[in-house]
Amino acid sequence: MDGDSQTNRRNFHERMIFGAASLMTAALALPAVAYLFSPFRGEPNGTWADAGDLRELPLNEPTELVFHKKRADGWKTTVEKTTAWAVKSEDGLTVFAPQCTHLGCGYHWDKKNENFLCPCHASTFSIEGAVLTGPAPRPLDRLDTRVEGARLWLGNKESGSGETQT
Amino acid sequence: MSGPIGSVVAWFDDRTGLVTAIKHFLDEDIPASSGWHQVFGSIALFLFVVQVFTGILLAFNYVPQPGASYFSLQAIINELTGGRIIRGLHHWGSSMMVVVVVLHMIQVALWGAYKKPRETTWIVGVALLLLVLGFGLTGYLLPGDNRAYWSTVVTIQISALAPGAGEFVMRLLGSPDGIVGVSTSSRFYALHVLLLPAVTVLLIVFHVYLVLRHGVTPAPQDAGRPTKKFYPEQAFKDTMAVFAAFAVLFAMAVAIDVPLESVADPTDTSYIPRPEWYFLFLFQTLKFFEGSMEVVGAVILPTLAIGALFLVPFIDRGRAKRVGQRAFAWGIATLAVAGWAGLTIGAILNTPEQPERESTLSAAQGWPQLTPVELAGAACYRREKCETCHNLVDGEPKMGPTLATVGQKRSADWMIDHFRNSGPGSPMPAVQLSPALLNCLSAFLLKVTPENALALNKVPEFALQGAMIYQTNMCGNCHIINRIGGNAGPPLNGVGQRRTKEWLAGHFRNPQAFSPDSLMPPYDFSPDEMEAMVDYLMALPPR
Repeated sequence: MDGDSQTNRRNFHERMIFGAASLMTAALALPAVAYLFSPFRGEPNGTWADAGDLRELPLNEPTELVFHKKRADGWKTTVEKTTAWAVKSEDGLTVFAPQCTHLGCGYHWDKKNENFLCPCHASTFSIEGAVLTGPAPRPLDRLDTRVEGARLWLGNKESGSGETQT
Repeated sequence: MSGPIGSVVAWFDDRTGLVTAIKHFLDEDIPASSGWHQVFGSIALFLFVVQVFTGILLAFNYVPQPGASYFSLQAIINELTGGRIIRGLHHWGSSMMVVVVVLHMIQVALWGAYKKPRETTWIVGVALLLLVLGFGLTGYLLPGDNRAYWSTVVTIQISALAPGAGEFVMRLLGSPDGIVGVSTSSRFYALHVLLLPAVTVLLIVFHVYLVLRHGVTPAPQDAGRPTKKFYPEQAFKDTMAVFAAFAVLFAMAVAIDVPLESVADPTDTSYIPRPEWYFLFLFQTLKFFEGSMEVVGAVILPTLAIGALFLVPFIDRGRAKRVGQRAFAWGIATLAVAGWAGLTIGAILNTPEQPERESTLSAAQGWPQLTPVELAGAACYRREKCETCHNLVDGEPKMGPTLATVGQKRSADWMIDHFRNSGPGSPMPAVQLSPALLNCLSAFLLKVTPENALALNKVPEFALQGAMIYQTNMCGNCHIINRIGGNAGPPLNGVGQRRTKEWLAGHFRNPQAFSPDSLMPPYDFSPDEMEAMVDYLMALPPR
């Protein structure tokens, strides 16, 4: 065997090894990436939940509502306990999502100081949800509301006003 | 290599020595006789990598708990892009792994490559073979379907036969009472994804280290011939063989749907459990041993066989011979393969076909399996005209979702809430039924699967009406149908073989006239109701 054909042979072997390895890597990696990033085709979030009787809410005093809501959780749909803060006033009703807009901790109504206080990084919010102090970047998120008879139904977070005309 | 990349590589090699080590590995001297027959170890190693890779991907979404395991896997297959292929690769990869490691072992045995100084390489290899089988055994439970459940029940019962150790093995497997449940699932999962892979990696490293230490086994005809380099020619052969195996595996994963049967049902007495194909020979061997001899087939023979396999290098200590001259080795290998094949074929021929289950359930066979609660639910489904907006299985599109799979995603509580008030976002009207009947309706929807939906849609009217009467009169407080109910009165399955229609109708109107000690109150149904009720009872299959 002369030198040339031996080099050719070696090149051929190397190219085949490289080609086969690349093909196999691609055949494994592509489905893997698609798989890891694809969502479960469960029911979309965004259903309404019955959060209680509107008449039971006190006037001008934030109240924590505890109710059950449907949520698509991975491959299953669960009905889970959740909360929201409701403020009923003469002008209407505002319902805040229960997480602080900073890093998602649960906040509560501080009766003494008359503001919402997040225990994690001491953000405070007014009764209208505006940021008073602390690192929170934006006012409290509001939930869509809807009233049927005397029942209060809560939807998803909305960007605009959470006020409803009852 | 020069340039910036070259200097980075040089820096890295200077600090770690890995580049030199890889070069050293690729430049290994191998005997002139090396060739295509030595590719199986590489394929096995590659398949292990594929199994680890696909296994990790599956674990990203899999839940090792009875029930949840099945539904999470079902979602992986049906909902996630690539999920079906990844599961297929993992499933068929395990079968291919068994084939490849056995071929690897046969090649080593035929060439006598286990002889001194390579005895330990062989012993570690046998241990790796057992680990592969251990993966198969523990992985079999994980899909959580009927096959997984029943095969694992059998596996655990077999391990219970181990003299002296059975009870402890059962405890270790999380099934002290022989029942497959939550802790069995957790333990099989932990074995399958933590313990076995860790041990396997260690042994593979040891195995490969030994192969490198002793070098590829030379054949007698290699004496005096110059050696050659592993790279690139043998590396090319190994890669091509790996590629061929992968192509077959990938084609199988794409083309063949791995069966996922219905969810594990411990009350399903008609199910015929079957092991994975490579365990069929053991399953067949068991049939030759009855009663107290069973332990021989289940434990003693396999233990002896494994022991003999470990001892092969110490039994055959003769001088190395050319592969063509190793008549005895060829004889043993042929016998072993023939014995295995014979037992496997015997097992396939002797096992009855799995009765075509839900899919061919005709209406006449299907509905009598339902409990009165489920059947009354089917009646509600028809009476409330749920069909107007829903399909049980695929049909022309309707406003509401298809319901055959709803039982996999919803609990009974969720359904009942939903029947009462589906929320302002949904156009579904409230279902105006009593709480008891809402419960029936949810029980029915939990029972429906894509396989049995067609049959359950065709339940005869008399059965629906009969079950409805049975339910509304709470007959189940005192009577049992299909295992459900109270036992103050006699069970009603097979009552049609004991009584006539006239007897039953008369007994309903005046029970004490027929059985003086009966506690049953009289029921004076309308003629229509009586007809349906009696027909329903007459049609109940005996148990």
